[in-house]
Amino acid sequence: MSPFPTHLLSMDDLDADTVAEVLRVTDSFAEVGRRANPKVPALRGRTVATLFFEDSTRTRMSFETAAKRMSADVLSFSAGSSSVKKGESLRDTIETIQAIGMDAVIIRHSSSGVPARVAGWVDNCAVVNAGDGWHQHPTQALLDLYTVRQSLGGGPEGTGRFRGLRVTIVGDIRHSRVARSQITAYAALGAEVTLVAPATLLPPSLEGWPVARVSHDLDAVLGSTDVISLLRLQAERGSGEYVPTMREYSAGYALTARRALQLPPEAIILHPGPMVRGVEIASEVAELPSARITDQVGNGVAVRMAVLFLLLGRGPLDEAAA
Amino acid sequence: MSAPHELVVRGGTVVDATGERRADVRVVDGVVAEVAEGLDAPAGATVLDAGGCVVAPGLVDLHTHLREPGREEAETIETGTRAAALGGYTAVVAMPNTDPPLDSAESVRNVHALAADALAEVAVAGAITVGRAGERLAPMAELAALGVRLFTDDGDGVQSAGLMRRALQYATGLGVVLGQHCEDRSLAAGGTMHEGAWSSRLGLAGMPAEAEEVMVARDIALSRATGGRVHFLHLSTAGSIDLVRRARAEGVPVTAEVAPHHFTLTDGCTAGYDPVFKVNPPLRPQDDVDAVKAALADGTADAIATDHAPHAPELKDLPFDQAPPGMLGLQTAFALAVTELDLPLARLLALLSWQPAALVGLDPGHGGAQGGPVAPGAAANLCVVDPTATWTVDPTAFASRSRNTPYAGRELTGRVRHTVRAGEPVVVDAEATR
Repeated sequence: MSPFPTHLLSMDDLDADTVAEVLRVTDSFAEVGRRANPKVPALRGRTVATLFFEDSTRTRMSFETAAKRMSADVLSFSAGSSSVKKGESLRDTIETIQAIGMDAVIIRHSSSGVPARVAGWVDNCAVVNAGDGWHQHPTQALLDLYTVRQSLGGGPEGTGRFRGLRVTIVGDIRHSRVARSQITAYAALGAEVTLVAPATLLPPSLEGWPVARVSHDLDAVLGSTDVISLLRLQAERGSGEYVPTMREYSAGYALTARRALQLPPEAIILHPGPMVRGVEIASEVAELPSARITDQVGNGVAVRMAVLFLLLGRGPLDEAAA
Repeated sequence: MSAPHELVVRGGTVVDATGERRADVRVVDGVVAEVAEGLDAPAGATVLDAGGCVVAPGLVDLHTHLREPGREEAETIETGTRAAALGGYTAVVAMPNTDPPLDSAESVRNVHALAADALAEVAVAGAITVGRAGERLAPMAELAALGVRLFTDDGDGVQSAGLMRRALQYATGLGVVLGQHCEDRSLAAGGTMHEGAWSSRLGLAGMPAEAEEVMVARDIALSRATGGRVHFLHLSTAGSIDLVRRARAEGVPVTAEVAPHHFTLTDGCTAGYDPVFKVNPPLRPQDDVDAVKAALADGTADAIATDHAPHAPELKDLPFDQAPPGMLGLQTAFALAVTELDLPLARLLALLSWQPAALVGLDPGHGGAQGGPVAPGAAANLCVVDPTATWTVDPTAFASRSRNTPYAGRELTGRVRHTVRAGEPVVVDAEATR
């Protein structure tokens, strides 16, 4: 297995064995999360900063909870309240944070590539991409994998069950960092990925993407789907202009109760959130037992603990999670 | 240093549009007096050693952003023309997207005044439309009367086909050429790099090749219909080049330039999100790079033009999608042409000097002083280049006020040794004299 990378910028940074390792480590921290006192000293004395240049409730809370459960000191910068608003450049902001002394910075930015650029500017500091533009959101993909593995009942060696798993990703793939990370992640473990979207919501080129097939007909693929992952239409990024109306989009691509019935009985339904009920997913579908949307949120903390441990942790896992 | 009374360039090979010969060049009061082997240097004459070098008409850049007035923190006429001289240029065409834009006689006169003592001749390109806003024609006749021969809204294409047609009709009466930055805004808006495999992977909004090509096709049709001359700026796609090649074969009065970065770099360079690789038109895939090279080889492209576009460092530290497009070009163009193009030096010099000079009327045939044969009576605008010398690009050593070169650390072949502007040695042994 290759060593865990210095930074987590993209799912492309992780090979299949490393992904499996993240999931194994996640098991240990998920167990910590179920304790009455869900806190371990694994990152005591380490300082982690969340640097969110774009609003996010769940991802930020998830990362900060993960870091605190590992006893790290957590500093929280948000673009709205910091000197960024006063015109400070990104580079100066990073240099300031570096001068304060951070072991890791967790960055979300509306511009693709910012975490990669920051990684080139810092020394002795791990950069975690918490979502950049349309590019990548690796911890979201990892928590999806963890949630799927949990559902498959695979246990620690369960990553083998991804081989040949039929994963269907539906929606605004063009503007989705989640989709870009998911596709790499599922394919790394041997799953067969199908993309379903109107052509306007697909990336301009899929050259080199590990995708088994592309379809514009959701009904045609539901019967051969083991995992369906729905994406939100990024209306705030203008995605509304890529389809004539939301009604027309929903008619073709929403997972309605009628469509959910076409899924095989063991199939599971995922959504990275935030959901827009009635657009990409019907309200009653989100409440089905096969929908693992709240599991995804819960698993997010454990996955992020695992990522922080692999980036920053010293010493063996059994001590860290003891 | 002002121009010496007498100057001798000794020991080189003279290459110009008329051919190649071993010769020394004697210059008296800014004019070539004698071109012959074994010339003596009279006492008091300045002597420039050209041993192992080629002596050619000074290079002429059709596409320079000098940034003054308005963006003096990025470049000034002084620093930009110093960079030009160091790059072997004795003339640059200054793009009008300054602040204020060069869309009035007053603004053109201002640049002429600021450039009076510059290290290279500054020919002004005027805007086609007032404020480069694409809405109504700038006073082209008033600007033409001040010597403006190229009009362009560069930075933007003229979006309205109707307005472009009217501009071309009007231009035919003035004997000027319209330079088009081909970019259909409805296709390219929001794009920050070439749309394709890389933009899709990197999650960056793309500018498709067809954003350039539809405007090239449109303007070929408009040029054919009106007889107005269109000069296509910085063509970057195989499709555009194919359109221009066919139009020229048909006799449509269109010309084209290409930029060094479009024959040296591909869209894959943006993989690290470094905005130093952000430029407009964007870097394209290898097939387009190959097409740009083919255009230079077969004459579809008339000129290599730098699109020298300085930007202050803090702007190139912004996230990729927020940083302004553009890269430095004046001090690397000649060496990139020598290093990357498999063409004879005389062809490269044609593309860098006399062809662009003629295209905008800066040549002796149109009463100008640039790009002409190195012959008695010609203005002494010369460059002395060593086609085999190698050097490493060091942006901190550039004369430009900005540092945004994508070639930092690259080793290149072909070095500018001396530049003589109107008889004055403005660059001697690769150092500016003022």
